[in-house]
Amino acid sequence: MYSYTEFDRDFVAARVAEFRGQVERRVAGSLTEDEFKPLRLMNGLYLQLHAYMLRVAVPYGTLNGRQMRRLADISERWDKGYGHFTTRQNVQFNWPKLRDVPDMLEALAEVEMHAIQTSGNCIRNVTADHFAGAAADEIEDPRPTAELIRQWSTDHPEFTWLPRKFKVAVTGSPNDRAVTKSHDIGLRMVRDAEGAPGYEVSIGGGLGRTPMIGRVVREFLPKAELLRYLEAILQVYNLGGRRDNKYKARLKILVHEESLETVRARIEAAFAANAMLLKPVDPEIVAGIEAAFAPPGFEPAVDAPPFVSAGLRAWIDTNVTAHRVPHYAIATVSLKPIGGTPGDATAEQMRVLADLAETYAHDELRVSHEQNIVLPHVPRRHLPAVYARLREAGLATPNVGLISDIIACPGMDYCALATARSIPIAQEIAETFADLDRQRDIGPLKIKISGCINACGHHHVGHIGILGLDRAGVENYQVTLGGDGTETAAIGERAGPGFSAEALVPAIERLIEAYLDVRLEPGESFLAAYRRLGPAPFKAALYPAEARSDAA
Amino acid sequence: MARGFEPQIATANDLLEGDVVYFTEEGLWSRDIAEAQVAQTAEAADALFAQAGAFPNQVVGVYLIEAVLDADGRASPAHFREAFRMRGPSNYFHGKQAERRTDV
Repeated sequence: MYSYTEFDRDFVAARVAEFRGQVERRVAGSLTEDEFKPLRLMNGLYLQLHAYMLRVAVPYGTLNGRQMRRLADISERWDKGYGHFTTRQNVQFNWPKLRDVPDMLEALAEVEMHAIQTSGNCIRNVTADHFAGAAADEIEDPRPTAELIRQWSTDHPEFTWLPRKFKVAVTGSPNDRAVTKSHDIGLRMVRDAEGAPGYEVSIGGGLGRTPMIGRVVREFLPKAELLRYLEAILQVYNLGGRRDNKYKARLKILVHEESLETVRARIEAAFAANAMLLKPVDPEIVAGIEAAFAPPGFEPAVDAPPFVSAGLRAWIDTNVTAHRVPHYAIATVSLKPIGGTPGDATAEQMRVLADLAETYAHDELRVSHEQNIVLPHVPRRHLPAVYARLREAGLATPNVGLISDIIACPGMDYCALATARSIPIAQEIAETFADLDRQRDIGPLKIKISGCINACGHHHVGHIGILGLDRAGVENYQVTLGGDGTETAAIGERAGPGFSAEALVPAIERLIEAYLDVRLEPGESFLAAYRRLGPAPFKAALYPAEARSDAA
Repeated sequence: MARGFEPQIATANDLLEGDVVYFTEEGLWSRDIAEAQVAQTAEAADALFAQAGAFPNQVVGVYLIEAVLDADGRASPAHFREAFRMRGPSNYFHGKQAERRTDV
């Protein structure tokens, strides 16, 4: 794992001290709220419905046992004993007090963590494949790239006041687990015909009120040119991005309004100029970062014990993924217990995860954008012990990738921007489909729920997407179908009028029954059936009365 | 009461704690919506907003919300968003719903 250099440590410590001073001045009244708000946002501190919220970056979703344990300690000392893991691979504390936040940041800095650039119109925490460095299908670990971008973008003087927030995701695998096509910049690591490493660069992806799939602006960018090219994209966006309307300020709108070709030409011109003005990244720095992400010392293969219990087998079937080392496994720990809050872990659970990582799994953990925690390097012989401990801690729900593994934003239970609640909808769906045999029969299905148009819950790329709205003072839920966040990315299509909170889950049940009726065989997933048949049979299930009157 | 005017109260978040507060008859900020000062006319609402805005170092983000009144004239929120702010989240027994019990 990457460790802070002296520069990093000094920088983060100075930032904590600076923010401590800013809080003191705000409390004393020498900073107004208008002056203070952008400063607190730059340090990850929001004011939500019931309290402040501190959003802590987990760069490219990677953390070690000590860091996870520190999150547990922070949640107990200054919050309510739990943390919420988000679709941006961050962790949020929902109940901090203003005066405590500098101490929380100091406690984070001690374990090389911070909350910088988790808000504001800057380059946000860079996300990456949560199976990075472990996936069997990986070409190259994306995290050195993500770390390089983090170092380049942190406090970048030119890009601290962009027209709007800016998100970058990196994947090193052809199977896109990082939703790269819904980011301002999506990087996919590839090789050219000669085998030289580089990136396929997509721009202009994004969800929110104008969802768009990112488009390839450069088929192949040599690896060494990455930062000069990103600098060019940011320069073009910073100059051309609209500042007159925050809803039209993202890069996707610039690409949409001015065409990909025009934006590409500007980027290439800026890139050519940068090639003369900016030094390439020092290869020694890159080599140093890459060395920090060297694979752990994998243990030699030993005979794994036979897997006996049915519970363990079920968990392995759903929650364990092939590792690039055959006698290792990637274990996904579901933070979606039936009826629980998606993405939440108690302090005690965080400590169990830290222990498991340290004891059995080379001291590494990942936060996935699907709001689960991953143990990326588990020797298969340890799976029974890991499972047993997870079960004791209420962390062994075998539902990863199934209908109850739901992404849900905090929604109106916490978020000041929300227009409706998300969490109770996720809870109700999971409870309705609680039976695991039924879930397995339904097969791979991604339900994603957002409590407002900003789409933190990624509803546009859910196979079934749910968007909570306020319709004349009542919560109302729109359903979208056929979204996909992977390498075959697609924006879901709105099925029809919204549902009341009471009518929504019965409608989802009808939808699932319709899918089970029309699928060719159990192996045909919901998404595959939708792609084969189009929306008609699914809409008919959602809106039976309309379907009947159409037929009449 | 002016025709078509809904009663209004002033709310904000406390600067230090971040929790939800309401502006009272006494010209103070309270955690309890039952103590909220109610404006029954547009003019009274303007005056309430101006009065509530005089505490920039105690509260953050002052705004007016529509209220419904019970038989004793005590206010409760008209909109579900404000009902959640008054109560706390629905997934845990946290926030005001939990505090009220211990305050009694």
